[in-house]
Amino acid sequence: MTQLFHKSFNTLSKASIVLGGLVAGLTVTTVLFANRTPYISLVDVSREQPVPFSHKHHVGGLGIDCRYCHTSVETSAQASLPSTKTCMTCHSSIWTNAAMLEPVRQSYMNDRSLEWLKVHDLPDFAYFNHSIHIKKGVGCQTCHGQVDQMPLMMRKNTLNMEWCLSCHREPEKFLRPREEVFNMNWKPSHEKPQAQLGAELVESYQVQKLTNCATCHR
Amino acid sequence: MRAIFLILGLSLVGVLASCRQDMHDQPKYKPQSGSSFFADGRSNRPVLAGTVARGRLQDDALLVTGKENGEFSKVFPFPVDAAVLERGRSRYGIFCAPCHDASGAGNGMIVQRGMKQPLSFHIDRLRDSPPGYFFDVMTNGFGVMYDYSDRIEIEDRWAITAYIRVLQKAQNAKFADVPADKKETLLQPPK
Ligand code: HEC
Ligand code: HEC
Ligand code: HEC
Ligand code: HEC
Ligand code: HEC
Ligand code: HEC
Repeated sequence: MTQLFHKSFNTLSKASIVLGGLVAGLTVTTVLFANRTPYISLVDVSREQPVPFSHKHHVGGLGIDCRYCHTSVETSAQASLPSTKTCMTCHSSIWTNAAMLEPVRQSYMNDRSLEWLKVHDLPDFAYFNHSIHIKKGVGCQTCHGQVDQMPLMMRKNTLNMEWCLSCHREPEKFLRPREEVFNMNWKPSHEKPQAQLGAELVESYQVQKLTNCATCHR
Repeated sequence: MRAIFLILGLSLVGVLASCRQDMHDQPKYKPQSGSSFFADGRSNRPVLAGTVARGRLQDDALLVTGKENGEFSKVFPFPVDAAVLERGRSRYGIFCAPCHDASGAGNGMIVQRGMKQPLSFHIDRLRDSPPGYFFDVMTNGFGVMYDYSDRIEIEDRWAITAYIRVLQKAQNAKFADVPADKKETLLQPPK
């Protein structure tokens, strides 16, 4: 009987062990890397909305507080998007002829909601709650970036589990006084750097380190 | 041999099937999501007429309407303390200051951009208006100003009213009104 495998297969089989490992490693790395690119995480990507609403004009330029529009952010899980009536408190009197605002007027007259597309969207199996973060002194800006500089809304963080945990493991690095949560330009002062301030806030707000899976997967 | 291919093929199907996003986008409504089931396209349903949520029975006419015997109430429905004023200050800043400005003079940013200018809160008529009047304007609107009843809780509307009273006092204060222990600091030259 002749041999089934030629002698050279010895080398080949050895090489395949190394190569196989390399290919597997490369695949895993590629997937992990891809997950962090804007293509998957949608960081810095804006979406086509029914009205090109500018936070830069309304927040940065006019100085309107987040809560004028995102009314429930202090009290519930959702920050909630404003109703058309909220836009109309101003736009019934100003910029009443702007073509850009036609969908807003139509929506108000016909009692149909404006269909905003979600920019931030966690998978449905993850639970998030705004009110607790606001109460414990996490600024909007820490998670959403310089909203007052955005002509169009976009993500500034991946919203990966890795990102949530990076803060839940050491919240003291990110906390600020409650009064400053809505301030887009807050920075820790020179007299009291973040390390010292964070430790004090963890103490006075009794901030826990919530890393139990059931905190977010319930 | 056939069996092996069958198993391989099936597991390939299994692998591909696991790419589905069922758990990411579960067939359930989240607040403010759209709906193809209801005619108005909203998953948020309006409250049926006559429904009273637990703990929200509004049987205190003064608190809810700001009126007593058909007239604007001259008193607040609950005692006003420092915490109420502080709450009023923050809500005023969020909801009123864009137009009425921080002092109540009516020169807010939106007015500067073309909104009709409201009268100053410091004219005699408004200084003499009872608290119930301000509550009523926030609840039902006034002229081109829309109402804020859907965005400001009832208690907060009263807190804002109390804070407007503070502004009115402060804008018309005389030196004699300053408490004795604060006079000293006022007299010091600015640093
Ligand atoms: C004048 C009303 C208004 C004000 C004030 C306002 N927003 Fe918004 N915001 C909107 C509207 C309308 C949208 C939806 C359109 C969009 O995504 O651009 C939105 C969307 C957002 C989103 C993205 C929601 C999503 O789809 O994931 C974030 C985050 C946000 N706002 C944060 C803020 C913060 C922080 C502030 C205060 C600094 C603020 N907003 C002030 C009206 C407002
Ligand atoms: C700890 C991080 C964090 C902070 C702080 C935070 N957000 Fe968010 N925000 C999120 C995440 C995550 C989502 C996506 C939630 C989802 O998809 O269920 C979101 C969604 C939103 C949305 C759209 C969906 C909704 O909830 O209605 C708005 C509007 C918003 N945030 C506004 C704000 C404002 C205003 C503040 C500050 C007062 C704020 N956020 C603070 C993380 C944060
Ligand atoms: C508190 C008053 C106020 C509210 C509420 C408000 N706007 Fe505006 N908006 C303005 C003013 C003032 C301008 C003019 C901008 C300027 O002068 O910088 C403006 C301008 C705009 C423009 C023109 C383009 C631009 O950004 O300059 C659009 C579009 C717009 N608003 C959409 C909206 C939508 C949608 C809402 C509701 C979510 C809304 N606005 C709520 C005051 C308001
Ligand atoms: C910048 C810091 C920070 C980030 C980012 C952050 N969190 Fe938190 N989170 C906190 C703090 C602080 C608390 C309050 C802990 C406590 O209760 O003392 C908290 C609490 C929570 C709670 C507890 C709410 C409850 O009712 O028990 C949930 C759920 C949660 N976070 C989910 C998330 C999710 C999901 C993400 C990512 C999308 C996230 N968080 C990102 C700081 C953060
Ligand atoms: C602070 C909140 C938080 C905690 C704590 C947390 N997770 Fe997550 N987890 C998330 C978020 C948010 C996502 C979704 C990330 C994304 O967008 O893909 C996620 C995604 C996952 C996924 C991926 C599911 C998929 O199909 O992509 C798994 C598995 C998971 N979590 C398991 C765990 C386990 C196990 C623990 C406990 C050791 C845990 N998580 C603790 C927030 C959390
Ligand atoms: C978008 C701009 C705007 C905002 C925000 C606003 N107002 Fe007004 N307000 C007006 C205008 C304009 C008038 C004058 C209406 C008219 O004469 O047609 C007015 C009138 C009033 C009046 C009646 C004054 C009189 O002459 O009798 C009161 C009281 C008042 N506002 C209180 C408030 C309070 C309290 C808030 C905050 C909850 C508020 N307003 C928020 C624009 C605004």
